[in-house]
Amino acid sequence: MSLDVLVCVKRVVDSTGEVVLTEDGQSADGRYAGFTLSNHEECAIELAVQTATAAGGSASVLTLGEPEAVDQLRSALAVGCTAATHIGADPGAFGPADVAREIAAVIRDHEGSGRPHDLVLLGNDAADTGDFQVGIRLAHELGRPVVNGAATIAVEDGHVVAGVKGPEGRETYRVPLPAVVTVLEGGVEPRYPTVPGRMKAKKVEIEQRTPSTEPAGPNRRRLRLPPPQPSEVQVLGKGADAAAAVVDLFEQLGVVAR
Amino acid sequence: MILVLVETDATGAVEVSRETLTFARDLSAAGGGVPIDAVVVGALPCPVADLAAQLASYGVRDVHHATGDAFGAYGGAAWASAVQSVRASVGSVVVTAAGTPRGMEVLAHLAARLDVTMAANVVAFDGLAPFTVTRQVVGGAALEDMVLGERPAIFTVAGHAVEATTAATPGEGRVVTTAPEVAAADLVARVVSAEPAQEDLSGGLKSARVVVGAGRGAGSADGFGDLLELVDLLDGALGVSRVVTSLGWRPHHEQVGQTGSRISPDLYVACGISGAIQHWAGCASAKTILAINTDPDAPMVAKAHYAVIGDLHEVVPAINEEIRRRRPA
Ligand SMILES: Cc1cc2nc3c(=O)[nH]c(=O)nc-3n(C[C@H](O)[C@H](O)[C@H](O)COP(=O)(O)OP(=O)(O)OC[C@H]3O[C@@H](n4cnc5c(N)ncnc54)[C@H](O)[C@@H]3O)c2cc1C
Repeated sequence: MSLDVLVCVKRVVDSTGEVVLTEDGQSADGRYAGFTLSNHEECAIELAVQTATAAGGSASVLTLGEPEAVDQLRSALAVGCTAATHIGADPGAFGPADVAREIAAVIRDHEGSGRPHDLVLLGNDAADTGDFQVGIRLAHELGRPVVNGAATIAVEDGHVVAGVKGPEGRETYRVPLPAVVTVLEGGVEPRYPTVPGRMKAKKVEIEQRTPSTEPAGPNRRRLRLPPPQPSEVQVLGKGADAAAAVVDLFEQLGVVAR
Repeated sequence: MILVLVETDATGAVEVSRETLTFARDLSAAGGGVPIDAVVVGALPCPVADLAAQLASYGVRDVHHATGDAFGAYGGAAWASAVQSVRASVGSVVVTAAGTPRGMEVLAHLAARLDVTMAANVVAFDGLAPFTVTRQVVGGAALEDMVLGERPAIFTVAGHAVEATTAATPGEGRVVTTAPEVAAADLVARVVSAEPAQEDLSGGLKSARVVVGAGRGAGSADGFGDLLELVDLLDGALGVSRVVTSLGWRPHHEQVGQTGSRISPDLYVACGISGAIQHWAGCASAKTILAINTDPDAPMVAKAHYAVIGDLHEVVPAINEEIRRRRPA
């Protein structure tokens, strides 16, 4: 079986440092922080490449975003995806239902032109908007089953077997292809791109598309930062000299014997 | 009517579901006292009568218990189908659940079926006309005001957005058992097997009384020697930041945070960790936090109860030495 895996990713502002908002309060400002992919999606790319390789198939990548989102497609191409699709649009104008509809339109089109995607992977939730629903809405659009929050996946006998960390421990789902799976980080180590990988990625021609419908939007009024909490820290000292005060504290808390 | 999807464990409704009921009560009061019903799905890990009594104390009128073979194993679409049929029978204008993986999944299925908006991780509501909620975005680093105009309004409540409290006037807590039909397509994605806990390596971390946390400040995979010794001296567990697991210095099951374990030890010693909001999400419930950091302005220092300013590779060995020195021979 030649398996085709599509992984959907989103360019997001790197929010590991301080988050600054744009003046209109509509998004996080990436001018200083820079842009990246969420760890969920890095793991989704890794799983797409591993699964496709194991099945002798191929992995492709898709994003909906501004022209610069091509950078994120190239990073996926640099680690083993072999084709990429860019739906050029302002992602801030698209709610999760809009995004799911646009991805579904591309998948149907590819299918119509003899390139069906057997397995579609997405991040469990977007690192910026945290909507937790594009994967499920996409599965609905396509009439496919969906597994959420997978840490591991394998394809066997026309099924995807997904491992999910659930309330009952490690849960397994076995779902027939074609299917949609959303990926939660932690089950797999994303690989770093090599120099030849990067060079190869630069040469891949990216399929450019425009949205198929007008977006309804994310129902957002505005973003704001939570008020800062006043600090009540008690500094016990500086450097190694603080050790005695620290152990006094440990004794007081009863975590070491007096 | 407000319908709340309640998740259960052996003690009854899980804490985040009880928080969601408390949130729903505030919403009900603002709306002039609309009734609150709960929906529970599948075989329950506790007696339904006990659960109903507990939910009544949180102000619940009817507890709809959806039973049947379709709910023997968990499946997001099947659960959503059950919630949808209860909602249709009682005509709720709001459907909510806790912002857990299951709460998110089931309500996202429901929102997709009904083709309405869903707001994830709501922490407050700001108005009813139009119904406006505030929710956590960017991993909790920012808040978004969002309008939920359609009916039903569907949203999940972020953990610890409110404290779970019982109602001044309890509800009736009547049990209504239903056996909703589930379409075959909704049964395709279900748990086929579950391996309980023994391989949940984060168990020790979650239950430890003392957690020594280590971040990028550890410097390298070899930089954990003194930290592990402190773990040993305090009879605790090691917890790390995501940078540490991303760099492959330590395994993922040791990660504390939004996408790692949530811990609530008596003492958290955060060494060389900046205290990014996503890490904070996992350690905020620690009773006492001691930060050891070279940067006096690091967010972890500002949020901690106690701090030592300095290089952890100097401070931690000195603490270890001091603990050993004071030990009775
Ligand atoms: C969607 C999402 C989910 C995330 N989930 C998590 C999560 O679950 N857990 C998590 O931890 N992070 C998570 N993150 C990442 C998070 O934003 C931060 O990047 C991460 O917590 C930073 O780790 P750190 O504090 O170890 O590193 P840094 O931010 O690099 O901070 C290092 C700190 O160490 C101090 N330091 C350096 N050297 C020394 C020394 N020798 N002695 C003492 N102090 C020193 C520095 O002053 C600094 O404060 C997530 C991010 C996103 C976007």
